[in-house]
Amino acid sequence: MYSVVSIAILVTMVLAVVRALRGPTVYDRVLAVNMFGTKTALLLSVIAFLVGRPDFLDLALAYALINLVGMLAVLEFFQSQPRDLPESGHD
Amino acid sequence: MSDISFQRGKALPLQVAGLLLALMASWLLWSGIYKPLLLGLGLFSVVLSAWLAQRMGFFRHPISLRALLRLPAYWGWLLQEVVKSSLDVARIILTPSLPISPTTVELPAATSTEAGRVILGNSITLSPGTVTIDVHGDRLLVHCLTRESALELKELEAQRRLARLELG
Amino acid sequence: MTETVLDILSWILLCLGGCFVLIGGIGALRLPSFYTRLHAASLTETMATLLIFAGMMLQAGLSLATLKLAAIMVFLLLTGPTASYALANAALQSGMRPKAGRLDGSFEGEQT
Repeated sequence: MYSVVSIAILVTMVLAVVRALRGPTVYDRVLAVNMFGTKTALLLSVIAFLVGRPDFLDLALAYALINLVGMLAVLEFFQSQPRDLPESGHD
Repeated sequence: MSDISFQRGKALPLQVAGLLLALMASWLLWSGIYKPLLLGLGLFSVVLSAWLAQRMGFFRHPISLRALLRLPAYWGWLLQEVVKSSLDVARIILTPSLPISPTTVELPAATSTEAGRVILGNSITLSPGTVTIDVHGDRLLVHCLTRESALELKELEAQRRLARLELG
Repeated sequence: MTETVLDILSWILLCLGGCFVLIGGIGALRLPSFYTRLHAASLTETMATLLIFAGMMLQAGLSLATLKLAAIMVFLLLTGPTASYALANAALQSGMRPKAGRLDGSFEGEQT
């Protein structure tokens, strides 16, 4: 049963990656990456139960923390860039 | 957002004790190993975190114990709203014709405290279908997926519930 | 007896959570613009998180794992909206206007 949930989460992660690749704006990509990150935390918690290893929960928390800080850092980076540049990068 | 000054605020002993206690509890919960060395390291990190929090102005926005005790009632109401709006959004996404009518609406925050505004903005964002996109002064700019959810927000139910917490 | 009931209840919660995750993912693909996609993301971030963690907490019973799950859930629920707001506000500040109707006249045109 946990495997069903983890497959659902994995499919959504794939959909998020598709959205990240399609864009069209930078913010769409950041949104997709953030969604991917929170889904990773969720997936790690489910895997902890799937394989019966509670220590995966610690990883989930660590990932959730890193995801938040990482996303805020990325946004800070985009905001500090000059405004008049058109949508700058795919990379 | 312009009134961010790095004044440290006066920390009340009760608040500091509460923060230290909460931090220590989470250290004990996540560490799971109770040896003197690790407990000592935990104590060190707890004090360090509390000091950093004080530097960041954590104690500038005191929340009374009474408000904290009333928070669960607010959460109960919020949970109900989240479930309702999630079902709405899920139905909209699954409908082939995608019946969305994006609407922005400006709402009064109706609280004087910064903590109140944060809670209000976060609760609005938390329920699917409505996202706070800007806060200026005591006005919130909210983007709604449908016109109906915008109309619902205009009834200011969240503000009324929040006022009952008596944060300030 | 209560074991079975709890089991069934938690499976239902987990399945519903999985459904909401999927719907959110589909929404992130289907919805037409950035600001509307935010709503799909918040669907997976709040409702799905709540359901899946509630289901797992029922499975874990009274144990350290439940406490940890509750801590992760509260953390995700507190930070999710903050991240959404930061993202939406950054988009707005960069000059990206939502294509949306206005409900009241009190909002004065194009301001940030």
